Amino acid sequence: MKKIIIVDDEPNIVMTLEYTFKKHDFEVYIARDGSEALEILERVVPDVIMLDIMMPKVDGYQTLKAIKDNNKLKDTKVVFLTAKNKASDIEKGLKLGADKYLTKPFSVKKIVSEINELIAS
Amino acid sequence: MSNYVLFIVIIIYLAALFFIAFVAEKNSKSKWVNNAIVYSLSLAVYCTAWTYYGSIGIAANSGINFLPIYLGPVIAAPLWIVVMRKIIRISKQHKISSIADFISLRYGNHRFLGALVTIVCLLAIVPYISLQLKAVSETFQILSDKTSYVSTSVYDDSTFYIALLLAVFATFFGTQATDASEKHKGIVVSVAFESIIKLTFFLFVGIYVTYILFDGTEDIYNRMSQSENFKSLITINGFEDGFNWLYTIMLSFMAIFLLPRQFQISVVENVREKHLKGAIWMFPLYLLVFNIFVIFIAWAGNLTIGNPDQAEYYALLLPLQNGNTFLSVLVFLGGFSAVISMVVVATLALSTMVSNNLVIPYGFLEYFVKNRPERNAKYIKNIRRISIFSIIIVAYAFYVNFSFELSLYSIGLMAFVIISQLAPSFFIGLFWNRGSSKATIIGIITGLGVVFYTLILPFFIQALTGSDDWVQNGPGNIAALKPHALFGIDFLSPPAHAFFWSMLVNIFSYVSFSVITKGNYRERNYAEMYVDSRNFTDLQDSALVWKGEAYVAEIRKVLVKFLGETRTERALNLFFRKYNIPPDTQMADARLINFSEKLLTGSIGGASAKILISSVVKEDEVSLVEVLKILEESKETIARNKLLREKSDELTKITNQLKEANEELLEKDKQKDEFLDTVAHELKTPITGIRATTELLMDDEDDMPSEIKAQFLKNMLQDSDRLSRLIHNILDFEKLSKGRTQLNIQKKNIRETIQKTIDSLHQIAEKRNIQLIHSNKSDFYAQYDEDRIVQVLTNLMSNAIKFCEPNKGKIAVDYKYGKGFLEVTISDNGKGIPKQDMPYIFDKFYQSKNQNIQKPEGSGLGLAICKQIVENHNGKIWAKNNQKSGVTFGFKLPFK
Repeated sequence: MKKIIIVDDEPNIVMTLEYTFKKHDFEVYIARDGSEALEILERVVPDVIMLDIMMPKVDGYQTLKAIKDNNKLKDTKVVFLTAKNKASDIEKGLKLGADKYLTKPFSVKKIVSEINELIAS
Repeated sequence: MSNYVLFIVIIIYLAALFFIAFVAEKNSKSKWVNNAIVYSLSLAVYCTAWTYYGSIGIAANSGINFLPIYLGPVIAAPLWIVVMRKIIRISKQHKISSIADFISLRYGNHRFLGALVTIVCLLAIVPYISLQLKAVSETFQILSDKTSYVSTSVYDDSTFYIALLLAVFATFFGTQATDASEKHKGIVVSVAFESIIKLTFFLFVGIYVTYILFDGTEDIYNRMSQSENFKSLITINGFEDGFNWLYTIMLSFMAIFLLPRQFQISVVENVREKHLKGAIWMFPLYLLVFNIFVIFIAWAGNLTIGNPDQAEYYALLLPLQNGNTFLSVLVFLGGFSAVISMVVVATLALSTMVSNNLVIPYGFLEYFVKNRPERNAKYIKNIRRISIFSIIIVAYAFYVNFSFELSLYSIGLMAFVIISQLAPSFFIGLFWNRGSSKATIIGIITGLGVVFYTLILPFFIQALTGSDDWVQNGPGNIAALKPHALFGIDFLSPPAHAFFWSMLVNIFSYVSFSVITKGNYRERNYAEMYVDSRNFTDLQDSALVWKGEAYVAEIRKVLVKFLGETRTERALNLFFRKYNIPPDTQMADARLINFSEKLLTGSIGGASAKILISSVVKEDEVSLVEVLKILEESKETIARNKLLREKSDELTKITNQLKEANEELLEKDKQKDEFLDTVAHELKTPITGIRATTELLMDDEDDMPSEIKAQFLKNMLQDSDRLSRLIHNILDFEKLSKGRTQLNIQKKNIRETIQKTIDSLHQIAEKRNIQLIHSNKSDFYAQYDEDRIVQVLTNLMSNAIKFCEPNKGKIAVDYKYGKGFLEVTISDNGKGIPKQDMPYIFDKFYQSKNQNIQKPEGSGLGLAICKQIVENHNGKIWAKNNQKSGVTFGFKLPFK
């Protein structure tokens, strides 16, 4: 089963994603911020991790950096899902090593297909 | 007292003076040497033996007539701030080292005028020095008990040796530097020391006579008032005596500026202009103190000794006749101090003039030009040394031949009358730019002629023939030509009479010839510099108008001759740097000519400097009109430059202000962008939730569990609420921060307002089982917008509820009166605010990381809005963590 970690501090958004990915046969892990995500990553190696950027405590960028530094997670795809949609923000995210940069608000169907595509590649 | 003992006392005293001068010279930078007190005391070189002994003689024989000699300087002193400061400034700028240089430079650096002034000074001062020698000699004789002693040969005469000692002293300290405009700190300090000595010892004898020999001042007065001519001693006798007073005051007024020794001390030796401020009160005070006891010593002498011929030495005789030899010696030393300081400073000043204005420009100049530089310096010093010696020797000769006939007072006044011939050219020339050199020379010579006829000639005739027929009847028995009563003016004393007529003739010649003749351009150039000194100080070296051809190399050669290689190089380097001229420039300009003349003036005097420089340059004649035009232009340029600088400063200021305003705008713009970004981000969050949930519900193929469906619908409702709250808050905040919200301010009771808020939050608090405590029962009225303050309170309290743990939370609201304000506090026992968050909590969209319940409760604008509301009330809001736990928020509202 494909594994995904959803990292976001907005419970209502998380709830829609959780429902959708579960429906599409993902094993879903939820983290409210970067530090919780890193905790989960110690025991789970997911196929995808979906990161918000603006989060309390450890933000998206820091989390991405921690993942990149961890050799165990070299096959894990990192996707930013954020409301920050300026060209400079997108450029920055990709430059830091994100595999995909998706913006809020989003279409649930499109998110699922993007993620599946990413895993297949 | 033995002759030899007295001599030893003198030698010891001179050695002490040497020592003081030497130490001062070594520490010439010390503040003990350079201060207003030393300056003021050294000005007291004015008080010579004439003051010390002569005043008593006058007081004994003709009452208070000794006073005007001191009133003149006292009247002059306040004027120093204006006149003396100007003189000092001009002298410093042109490196002037004597009054001869000062006057001759004013009239275009006129060689003959410099020489004439020197001669006038010599005529006045040499007899004056001999008078000092006479005083020393006579007091020496009184003390050594040889009142009838007449020396048979020069070598047998103690005065001769004393004169020699004085010459050595003056030579040693007066000729240390070739540049006469340099300061003689050693001499100045020793003169100041002597001023203390003479004053102290004079006061000693005054007190001794008044309080020990007599029963105080009243006793002397009472006894004296019984004498027959008492009234004449204490009053000014009518109109005629009034004139004598007036003229004597005028005379001494001028003397304080013109006497070479006064010019030397007050101008050449002045270290800082500001010392003048001290001197204008200290010096008159000194004169006043000096004169306190004069009249009492004089009267005491009249009462006990009663010999008018010896009246001048009452101060010495009174203690001596009462067996107090020690005090007599002190008095003698005081008088000796007065003599030394006068002789040393006067010969120093005169020797500078003799060398720089007589000897060098008339004869030695060509010789110098051929000479090697090191030897020139030596020659100049030697000329001065020889001058000092010669002056003292001539004074001694004068003393031996004539002084038996004269009192201290009369020679002193004669000197004053002669020196006052310089007054018109000196004073008028300082403020009137038309005064010309020709007129000055004519004025001085005619004035001097009158003095010669009315004062000097009668003196010599009387001294040589012993008859006063000529004086009594006039030459050829013509009454109008009587030397002491020209044209029937017979009520003035001889000096006042001579002063009156000579001044009349002198001033008349000076003014009329100045108006009639036109001076040359050089004269006018310097005249402008003197008269308008403040303006020309700014112009500095370019104030001299000069046209012609000159090579730097030639000028350098001349400078080296007198200053030596190193000093010349240093001076020229300084000059080039100051005016930003490349050092390899070949042609000299007016500034360099002027600069070089100034450099040389100190060493060889203005006249010689001018001659030397013009010997190596080819100068073109400039017309007077041209000079005035160029000067006017230079002045205008300076004024224009000043204006330009002011304008430029102003522009720079405005530019800076613009830059600041621009930066501020940019910052505002950036803030606006950030704000919009954040707003967009915040709005997107609930929209994202709504968007995603709607999609899921729409696509539902009835396989969604009903409880999840319900939750999603609830979420959508929550997000919609959040969205509308956000929009409302953003608009509210914007309006508040732009000041577009009108506050509805009314007098309200804060207790009621707080209660109202608590009532509305009651349910929420109860839900979480958190206590809201409001125990203050006092009514307090203040002016505020109640709805807004409720908003603030609601915000702060619901924040507190959010941050408190359920079941344990306690929130206390309180308020108190302050000085002109009302303070409300809300404190909780929650987690408090992390230290790193504290500075930002009132910023918009800043959300603490320490919230107890999950989003999406806050909008991130609550505290920012609170802050705006409080500030719109002119109040202040703050937060601080409590000592134990939780945080206290508070705000102050001012009230009237």
